[in-house]
Amino acid sequence: MRTRTWVLIVVAATLMVALTLGAMTPLHSASREHIFVIPKGTWARRMAGEKVAILPDHIHLTLGLRDILVLKNQDEVPQIFGPTLMMPGQSFRLPFDRPAQYQFACTAHASGQMTIVVEAYPSTPVARISWRARALARAL
Amino acid sequence: MTRRFLRNLALAALLSAYAAVSAAATPAFKAGVFDPPRQAPDFALQGSNGQPLRLSQYRGKVVLLAFGYSHCLSVCPITLHTIAQTLRQMGTAAAGVQVVYVTVDPQRDTAAQLKAFVGSFDPRIIGGTGTEQQLAQVRKDYGVTATRIPDGNSYMYDHSSSIYLIDRVGRIRALMPYGHTPDDFTNDLRILQGE
Repeated sequence: MRTRTWVLIVVAATLMVALTLGAMTPLHSASREHIFVIPKGTWARRMAGEKVAILPDHIHLTLGLRDILVLKNQDEVPQIFGPTLMMPGQSFRLPFDRPAQYQFACTAHASGQMTIVVEAYPSTPVARISWRARALARAL
Repeated sequence: MTRRFLRNLALAALLSAYAAVSAAATPAFKAGVFDPPRQAPDFALQGSNGQPLRLSQYRGKVVLLAFGYSHCLSVCPITLHTIAQTLRQMGTAAAGVQVVYVTVDPQRDTAAQLKAFVGSFDPRIIGGTGTEQQLAQVRKDYGVTATRIPDGNSYMYDHSSSIYLIDRVGRIRALMPYGHTPDDFTNDLRILQGE
């Protein structure tokens, strides 16, 4: 057999193994909390004209894996952070238990809105592959 | 040696079981929880019952504090319907709960208008109105947004839809985002009432 054929066989086999592992390996998360922090000095930086992005426009959560949004204000002034006003040193822990898209008014965003997308737990092999692919795409 | 091992094993099993039961028994909020909780800013508005309305007059009760307006066609009717269902679901325990619905639209929401609106969902709900300045201050204190949007010859508001849960000593304990069920509200109100 030619070298090229062998390479194709190895690539196909690797792909098959990766897909099988992706489909069959259970998903787990070390923590169910997705934490966002307003660091100390954020307000001062904004007042100085710096654009400081803390929360993304879209936050993706998955039930059973990472389904608790935690917001922490470590700055020295109150902040409108996501859906709420938070005092300095305060944290806000918001659990989700239904898959849906949640819209929140948020003055920290240029659009004035923040969207939290909560997905169902991927319980089937196809759903696990799809979930892993989307997570990889977001990470990249 | 074996006896000691078995005794330690039994003790470990008992401790694990206790920890598991304790974790399961700890009530969990469905709403978002603040840590540490802060004192809810007081306000003085006009109540839909024709009387002065202060938040502090409800110390001793758990307060659900919502913001909206009577001409709202989407969010507010669903929110108030959910709250009304919650109050009915709670039965006599609802006597320890006060729902306060503060308008973002003082131009149209007079006390009488608010009374008719909130009363159509549940007469126990009290509405609050005031001057533009008074209401703007309340919104600022609670981080509530309300943007007036022209709508033909009229206007509407894009406003915050979450509801504050204030405990019996007047601290903001939690914030329930829009879309939760009466069961979720009942769960959290019972936790706060049980403290």
